Amino acid sequence: MSKLNDKIAKLFPQATEAANGIIEIEIADAQWHQAAQTLRDDEDIKMDYLVTIVGMDWTDALGCVYYLMSTKYNQIVAVTVKTSDREKPMLHSVADLWGVGCLYEREVYDFFGIIFIGNPDMRRLFLSIDWKGFPLRKDYDDDPALNPVSTENERQSDFTDTYIELPDGTVEKKEVEVFHPGDFVVNIGPQHPATHGVLRFRTAVDGETIKKIDVYMGYIHRGVEKLCESLTYPQTLHYMDRLDYFSAHNYHHGLCMVIEKAAGIEISRRAQVIRVMMDELSRIASHCLFIGTYCMDLGATTMLFYTLRVREQILDIMEKTCGARMTFNYDCIGGVMQDLAPDFVDDVKALLAVLPANIKEYNKIFTGNVIAKNRMEGVGVLSREDAISYAITGPSGRASDWACDMRKLRPYSIYSELDFEEVTATEGDSMARFKVRLREMEESAKILSQLVDNIPDGEYCVKVPKVLKLPVGHWFELVEGCRGAFGVYLESDGSTKPYRLKIAPPCLPLAGVVDHITRGSKIADLITIGGSLDYIVPDMDR
Amino acid sequence: MQDFSIITDAIHSFLLTYLPGWLTVTVECVLIGVGLLLVYALLALFYIYYERKVCAAFQCRLGPNRVGPWGLLQSFADMFKILIKELIQLNNIDKFLFALAPYLVIIASMLAFAVLPWGNGLQIIDFNIGIFFLIAVSSIGVLGILLAGWSSNNKFTLIGALRSGAQMVSYELSVGLSVITMVCLAGTMSVGGIVDEQSDLWFIFKGHVPAIIAFIIYMIAGTAECNRGPFDLPEAESELTAGYHTEYSGIHFGFFYLAEYLNLFIVSGVASLLFLGGWMPLHIPGWEAFNHIMDFIPSVIWFLGKAFLLSFVIIWFKWTFPRLRIDQMLLLEWKYLLPIGLFNLALMTCVIVFGWHF
Repeated sequence: MSKLNDKIAKLFPQATEAANGIIEIEIADAQWHQAAQTLRDDEDIKMDYLVTIVGMDWTDALGCVYYLMSTKYNQIVAVTVKTSDREKPMLHSVADLWGVGCLYEREVYDFFGIIFIGNPDMRRLFLSIDWKGFPLRKDYDDDPALNPVSTENERQSDFTDTYIELPDGTVEKKEVEVFHPGDFVVNIGPQHPATHGVLRFRTAVDGETIKKIDVYMGYIHRGVEKLCESLTYPQTLHYMDRLDYFSAHNYHHGLCMVIEKAAGIEISRRAQVIRVMMDELSRIASHCLFIGTYCMDLGATTMLFYTLRVREQILDIMEKTCGARMTFNYDCIGGVMQDLAPDFVDDVKALLAVLPANIKEYNKIFTGNVIAKNRMEGVGVLSREDAISYAITGPSGRASDWACDMRKLRPYSIYSELDFEEVTATEGDSMARFKVRLREMEESAKILSQLVDNIPDGEYCVKVPKVLKLPVGHWFELVEGCRGAFGVYLESDGSTKPYRLKIAPPCLPLAGVVDHITRGSKIADLITIGGSLDYIVPDMDR
Repeated sequence: MQDFSIITDAIHSFLLTYLPGWLTVTVECVLIGVGLLLVYALLALFYIYYERKVCAAFQCRLGPNRVGPWGLLQSFADMFKILIKELIQLNNIDKFLFALAPYLVIIASMLAFAVLPWGNGLQIIDFNIGIFFLIAVSSIGVLGILLAGWSSNNKFTLIGALRSGAQMVSYELSVGLSVITMVCLAGTMSVGGIVDEQSDLWFIFKGHVPAIIAFIIYMIAGTAECNRGPFDLPEAESELTAGYHTEYSGIHFGFFYLAEYLNLFIVSGVASLLFLGGWMPLHIPGWEAFNHIMDFIPSVIWFLGKAFLLSFVIIWFKWTFPRLRIDQMLLLEWKYLLPIGLFNLALMTCVIVFGWHF
């Protein structure tokens, strides 16, 4: 580890180390692409995973904070790149270095108007093509008259822009076709039974074979990051359960952790245990629903009811304690909202008693079925390199043999004390993604069984000031949601509201990789692959 | 054994006493037509209820249980709902073909009803190429599906229709081959003749190994023929929303829906005709008393019972298996079912030539 620090200190003398072990570097745009290449390829640094790109408006400058992570050395580096030009801000793209870069840069372009030189696809990602202004800039004019609700069909273009730097340093804009004129393009979505939400795949097909997919997002973009900037810290929490509604607890946990770290709040052991138990319960419930809907996508409807039976039991447990069956507002700054329901322990034990038999049944009905095997094995193979490059975390990444479980890599809360295995598989196909989730349910059950008899007494929520102000600074935390690594970047200017709250969801890269792994497969495989990646649209759209 | 031809003959001679010969035939045709429509509608309603209840049982649910006792009136309510729904007029479609397609599909399945052996003496038409006629008319259905997909001017329906074309044309071969195999054993193509041949023993026992192979092939190919899971690719809802009938509404959609259920009945009916003796009760050579008792069960019940039992198996397929992919489905047909079917035909011929059957 120190070798990595030394190397970075040698290459980038301006690097500093932040509180939670993240190395921070500021690099000028002119050197950025070269530096990024070094960071990615140098044997002693190997920053091969681009966690997120945080677009920033510091009012005096626009720019990005790139969070990079080394899968080899398990170290995070935050690189800041700035430009002071507000009229036509430009930075150099890293889309050629990290597969997920293209998508992240489009998001930054959408919100901040920063153009990335060399990015092959500079369209807006979430907002409509005719949107005026860049909403996350601090000088954005949110007058509704500028962007009225359209009564017309949304304009759509088959062309995209790309900016190329010429040898003499000038930047040229070029128009590129998304599809060839003769392509037979089928719209799969936004209203489609198998896209799991309002996501749209424009699919160029040749007969039944897929040639190219263009992913359209933003149908349920709610501007959560923008909204959070006008809310106090406790209020921002309530948006987290509207992202990935199956990982509501995990996401709340993530944001609470960042705010608690920033405010220096120490929460009680009891609250920690409750939070972890809730996280794991939601993980089982989420994977149950995944198995059910995935089998339904493949045409085996009956499985849905068998998995919902278990999920129902978990939702009952949650309802008793949290008072809700969806969009739980349970974790709060300082602990959890209220104490556990009296029969929580008994209910969890009852669940743990029936779970193994159910998992066995799922395997019996579906996993061993020859049709299911033919549909899933070897379909949508994602190599380990591609999984890292496209930032495919969570069970989908682990199915490609990338040990990316944040509970193990950056243990938070009490995870370091718990005995559980990180489930990985080597095949990287849809079957592996399916099996990893099945086995993860068993691991979550293992965690629950360790905790269920050891819930310590104590207060469930510590005293937190009524008006919470965070010190000036920025923080970044990663937690493991049900679908992958969920990152929260928080920048505070010392007031009661966040200056910038960036959410790095796991599902955005999942949608970004669909085109890459479906090329050349059949239409039916798109459903198999999409289902096995298990993306949640509100999570990617935010 | 009860013989329904006594009743039909009585009606015939009763009509002849009052009417001239040509008018008698006309009146009989109208009566049969009305009766057929009624049976058709009732069977479809029964099947909808049947499948709902069966799949509910598989899925740990209750199924329809609110409308009428045990939810029996649910299908009727749904039928009336679909009857009063609007037929949505679409722009930029081939209106004539679009309207024609559901009728082609429903006519195909209704024509097949004509040759089914409903009971002893209860068959609408029994002629010497009965089973051949059945195969011929049931392949009209694919035309309707192709037209529906094509005329809707929708990419999903087009893909669904093309899938359906590939599927039906392929699997018709296997259906045909297993039918020929059994025709070899029966020595006749007349439906009545095939049933009579099984009066001592059902073909599935009589033809033992080749008959069982043909039965399995027929059940798989038959499931594919009626577009049901795991072969429901033409309307794979998670891929193509509703496949070839995405754009249809009201009773036109209802026709596709009815035809799908009736095809299920026809496939099971033909399977029971070819392998399980049609309306013929279970007879075992030498067990005279047993055979006599079996004869007391009306032949209609035998036929419907066998058909419903086989339908249950097909419904079971659907609610258990995931859907195949198009290439896997064609692979199954062309690389496995068809060669096995051809080999089985040769095997059956040997069995008959050497007299190895029971």
